Amino acid sequence: MKQKTISVLTILFVFCGLVSSQSDGSQQNLLGKGGTFAITNARIVTVSNGVIEKGIVLIENGKIAAVGTNVPIPSKTQIIDGTGLSVYPGMIDSATNMGLSEIPLGANGTVDVAEVGENNANAKAIIAINPHSSHINVARVNGITTVLSMPTGGLIAGQAAVINLWGSTQADMAIVPTFALVINFPRISTFAGFGQPQIDFNEALRRRNQQLENLKKIFKDVENYAKVKEAALKDKSLPMPKTDIKLEALIPYIRGERPIIFTAERERDIRSVVKFIEENKLKGIILGGQEAWKAADVLVKNNIPVIYTNIYRLPVREDDPYDYLFEAPAKMHQKGVRFSVATGDAGAMLRDLPYHAGIAAAFGLPKEEALKAVTLYPAQILGVADKLGSIEVGKTANLVVTDGDILEPRTNVKYLFINGRQIPLTSRHTELYERFKDRNLGN
Amino acid sequence: MKEQPILAAFVLVLLALIPSFLIAQQTKNQILIRNATVMTAARGTLENTDILIENGKIAKIGKNLRAEPGAKIIDATGKYVTPGIIDCHSHTMIDAVNEFSYSVTSMTNIRDVLNPTEIAVYRALAGGVTTALLLHGSANAIGGQSVTVKFKYGKPVEEFIIKDAPPGIKFALGENPKRSNFPPPPGQTPRYPRTRMGVMEVIRDAFLRAKDYKREWDDYRAGRTKIPPRIDLELEPLVEVLEGKRFVHAHGYRSDEFLNLMLLAEEFGFRIRTLQHGLEAYKIAPEVAKHGAGVSIFIDNWSFKIEAYDGIPYNAAILWRNGVIVSINSDSDERMRRLNLDAAKVIKYGGVPEEEALKMITLNPAKQLGIDKRTGSIEVGKDADLVIWNGHPFSVYSRVETTMIEGEIYFDRQQDLARRSEIEKERQELEKLDINKAPTSGGTPPPIPAEYRKDHHDNADEMPEIILQGGNN
Repeated sequence: MKQKTISVLTILFVFCGLVSSQSDGSQQNLLGKGGTFAITNARIVTVSNGVIEKGIVLIENGKIAAVGTNVPIPSKTQIIDGTGLSVYPGMIDSATNMGLSEIPLGANGTVDVAEVGENNANAKAIIAINPHSSHINVARVNGITTVLSMPTGGLIAGQAAVINLWGSTQADMAIVPTFALVINFPRISTFAGFGQPQIDFNEALRRRNQQLENLKKIFKDVENYAKVKEAALKDKSLPMPKTDIKLEALIPYIRGERPIIFTAERERDIRSVVKFIEENKLKGIILGGQEAWKAADVLVKNNIPVIYTNIYRLPVREDDPYDYLFEAPAKMHQKGVRFSVATGDAGAMLRDLPYHAGIAAAFGLPKEEALKAVTLYPAQILGVADKLGSIEVGKTANLVVTDGDILEPRTNVKYLFINGRQIPLTSRHTELYERFKDRNLGN
Repeated sequence: MKEQPILAAFVLVLLALIPSFLIAQQTKNQILIRNATVMTAARGTLENTDILIENGKIAKIGKNLRAEPGAKIIDATGKYVTPGIIDCHSHTMIDAVNEFSYSVTSMTNIRDVLNPTEIAVYRALAGGVTTALLLHGSANAIGGQSVTVKFKYGKPVEEFIIKDAPPGIKFALGENPKRSNFPPPPGQTPRYPRTRMGVMEVIRDAFLRAKDYKREWDDYRAGRTKIPPRIDLELEPLVEVLEGKRFVHAHGYRSDEFLNLMLLAEEFGFRIRTLQHGLEAYKIAPEVAKHGAGVSIFIDNWSFKIEAYDGIPYNAAILWRNGVIVSINSDSDERMRRLNLDAAKVIKYGGVPEEEALKMITLNPAKQLGIDKRTGSIEVGKDADLVIWNGHPFSVYSRVETTMIEGEIYFDRQQDLARRSEIEKERQELEKLDINKAPTSGGTPPPIPAEYRKDHHDNADEMPEIILQGGNN
């Protein structure tokens, strides 16, 4: 029955592809199929509680209703035979610009990543994420079901959103619409633009300090603004300050109610961020984290996690070991730093998330930790571990059924569930494949 | 008396000859790789197999091979051996990528701008790459002359160049040659062309001129004219293309412009050797096969610009099923380090068999570059360009242990690990020098080296290499 539905859908969308190969929107809006599902006789990689061989996962009302070897299956349940297959929680990419940048070069109209100006605290990714981006279906058919999508520009870039890779509207997709603030933490950079002479180190240091002062001043302004507002609310005789859209947006962040993601790669920058977090009593996350393992002492002490985005990057210095950025996750793990592995990708290539984690495993990170680094750990860092990141009863049924190790590039995704809906494994790419795979000369 | 010095010299020569003669008999610089899983990229995968290397060539492949005393023995039990990876599109080692001034820059040559100390070469070796086609960027409809090199890191640059590799030239279609006509100074017209119409006319015009030029020389050589024509460095390489002596490696994305280029080439009686990138080649796979072009692709990079929006990871599979020779390239110092995983994806996207997938990063690019007689597969008589992996090369959990070129080891993980403390010590010593002291510690403020972040695909023609803070593309 299910197979039949899928093939009908496939034919339908192949047909759509024939009509208009440029239409990318239709795919993302495939609603998939709801109902009660049981994946039976499968290898269940729970992530949080080990592996269950020949187990059953029951999906009901969008949630994981039962997991185990002896699960009663209600009538009218759609059965998926999982013999020879493995079930994983959907993978989570904790650093992307998903939906904010369709074609970065030559199509500025599709790019909504970086706002103008230094303080864009009020800019929210969830407002600009295109639910119909073709990057969404391309990523999810490789087992990525949830991402953090974030703005990137200026000093204070804006607010990042945790979204599922399913839905027709931003509201459909949102899990935490305004999860965190993104700050490009000031760093010493001698780079002045292409063709420009390098900036003298002392000048670069001065500029960085100035930016840091600017950031501190903004934080002080927010604090004062919030205090004045609070006082005016308590005492009606005091004047209410004029609403400032940017300062207003920053209040929950400077109070530590919501996290701030700070970009920082080098040890000295990471230590500066940690100091800033301590001084301002913030809830901080490091983004990038090339040398986070070198600052493990302060990161562990302050329980600051790292979203690591440097697997597909070259070491910065010529004398860095060739695997400097491959083995950083293993070093963080050894030193007890909490971290996730993310692509840092704009959207098109974030389907490679499992291979980022896998490469970290090739260079010393235990395999189970590599899997956690793209499932449970990002769920924890993004504050959604009560709903996502592992196969546990009560969690959202974001599940991926594969024919092998999910981190291996030869593995195929066989079934995909988001919010308990079975999502067709079609994308802009399968559509174009179907359209052209059997073409002969002259047709 | 007179004869004595002659006799002495004779004896000396003999003395000098004998030992070298004996040594030549004794040692053939043998290396024996023992008990590996050998993925030949030509004749399947051989379990528990030995490879005997002699003087840089593969001498024997088989079981229980014997080496002469003193030969280097590598125990590869539990390990995999593949041919060295060949990257059919790279801009590494190049100190200047684009000559922006003209739309035809066939007089320029990559050979003139090679930097053999480029650290990316070592990092590529650590990813199993031994050979690469080094190309100009894509700013010109007809770009410069390319060069095929082996990554003999540490050797003088002359030794990198594969002497008997056929010469090549870069062409470029579409967005890049169009948009490389940066705003000119006031009062001047921008560089021609700025449309796909113009790109094709630039190429046609160049070959019409090359044909005339060739005729002038043919006439002169046949004695029909008396005065030799003036040498034209722009047209010389294009004459070689017309004569089939120089391979055309054409950058492009859209299927329509590749079709037009192939038709144009056929009109002038030559063939396009490779379509580079070829993101839409799958749309015209039968035509590509008929023309006889190879295609060198990113396995799954797409959507980074408009003409890349129809790129699909099934490209390789469709082309392969049509009988096209496909290679998977990096076009990036970063991506070059993980081409094995890119090849693995060919199995996932379209079900290409394992050996065919391996060929796409070894034998196929060797064929496209005309060097398959000497490298690209593990066969007796070929260069010993080999990679030893600690696991299956298509597994994400595998690492390169050793990379050798012509029997010489250019990367070895154990040696690399052992050297790290030395490098660290050297760094500390250098940092103590006055010139290298931090500005705040009383030393002379140093010029800080620019951060090195060469990135990404085919946009080498863009003047800026985009650097974004925060680790995002």
